[in-house]
Amino acid sequence: MLEVKNVRKSFGDVPVLCGVELRVEQGEVVSILGPSGSGKTTFLRCLNFLETADEGTMSFDGETFSMNRLHKKDIARLRRKTAFVFQNYNLFLNKTALQNVTEGLTAARKIPKAQAEETGRRALERVGLSDRQDYYPYQLSGGQQQRVAIARALAAEPEIIYFDEPTSALDPELTGEVLEVMRRLAGDGMTMLVVTHEMGFARTVSNKVVFMEDGRVVESGTAAEIFECPREVRTREFLRLTNKTYGEKGESVQ
Amino acid sequence: MINERLLEILADSFWKILLPGLTVTIPLTAVSFTFALIIAVAAALVQFARIKVLRQIARFYIWVFRGTPLLVQLFVVFYGLPNIGILIDPFPAAVLVFSLNEGAYCAETIRAALEAVPSGQLEAGYCVGMSYLQTMRRIILPQAMRTAFPPLSNSLIAMVKDTSLAANITVTEMFMVTQRIVARTWEPLALYMEVGIIYLIFSTVLTRLQRMGEQKLSVHQRQED
Repeated sequence: MLEVKNVRKSFGDVPVLCGVELRVEQGEVVSILGPSGSGKTTFLRCLNFLETADEGTMSFDGETFSMNRLHKKDIARLRRKTAFVFQNYNLFLNKTALQNVTEGLTAARKIPKAQAEETGRRALERVGLSDRQDYYPYQLSGGQQQRVAIARALAAEPEIIYFDEPTSALDPELTGEVLEVMRRLAGDGMTMLVVTHEMGFARTVSNKVVFMEDGRVVESGTAAEIFECPREVRTREFLRLTNKTYGEKGESVQ
Repeated sequence: MINERLLEILADSFWKILLPGLTVTIPLTAVSFTFALIIAVAAALVQFARIKVLRQIARFYIWVFRGTPLLVQLFVVFYGLPNIGILIDPFPAAVLVFSLNEGAYCAETIRAALEAVPSGQLEAGYCVGMSYLQTMRRIILPQAMRTAFPPLSNSLIAMVKDTSLAANITVTEMFMVTQRIVARTWEPLALYMEVGIIYLIFSTVLTRLQRMGEQKLSVHQRQED
């Protein structure tokens, strides 16, 4: 469903992405792992054109684009088929939980308000926050804010949701509720591309795991292949170090 | 010092001064400030746009109108421009100068308020499919306006008082009317204090309105008691 090839990007003289390739099939959950500064987040941002890649081709839904020469209209059209969940939630601060979810529907997709609210309420229900629909972001915990952000993503009925380290800004006791929601989405067959440091999630939920370092995909395979018999030295090293930090099972403390 | 004659002059002049306050000072302020806000939002927004020429024009405008005295600007427009064949009536001339002058200050206020909105808000807008303008209007500007509201109220209150300068270009506003009464009665201390008090009343009302406005705009923010 999504395939990108040869994605390259530099910030000034510093190369950040050096020819990244990736394929995501419909209904798949793909996790991207890697140390800080490996380019994971930049890569994800290039996929939604929050950064413009210097080079690269993208096939989405049977259409093929050059990622550095895309018209505004095409970017807008592609974005309407996708959704993005940010590390620091980025909820609209002047909107309630429900308005956060409906804003994109009424403003960008011109869906009538009543219908958008219906969709919005269903989305909030899916993340277990029906009782918080009239709360403003400042009145919600980090975990709740991130769940509203996921509801906002869901409401657009995207073909794929990009998650950029969705639990990294959360207190350890709050990551569980967000991961649980993501697990349920995966179970419902949602196509997801997840940049994460949650080894437990990557291991148990992903169909495919990609290990990135220094702007390159070092290795990719099924969760079992990567976690149980990684081929590359660097992957092994990374997993050994994270196991030390996060415990043998890779689950963060809950 | 205070005798019956003086009290009578004060009571009599109060309405004579207040009337141009209501019919000239307030409309002059309201119209000028409205234009100033429109100019300010435009001048602030183009500084975020990628078109370099527009940005330079905005910077130049702000530089000139913040860098020269309001009184000089009034004189240039009202007494100076007729030299090159541009004649503007006193009231519109005052509106023009006050709008442009205040717009320059407010542009900086609004630019700062826009910069204070986290960049993630715009990105989130893009990601739910909204355009730059949609996100600006629905997400960024409302948040920036809350930040800009107190300093903008400051500007508004300052402008109410600055309209007294329009007396210099023959706009019959409160201060000019007061000057005329002083010329007739020769009671400068009492009368200038009286007009000062009327300005103070106007400012007090605006301060109250500011507080109410802030509360109304703060629903999405943590309340500080």
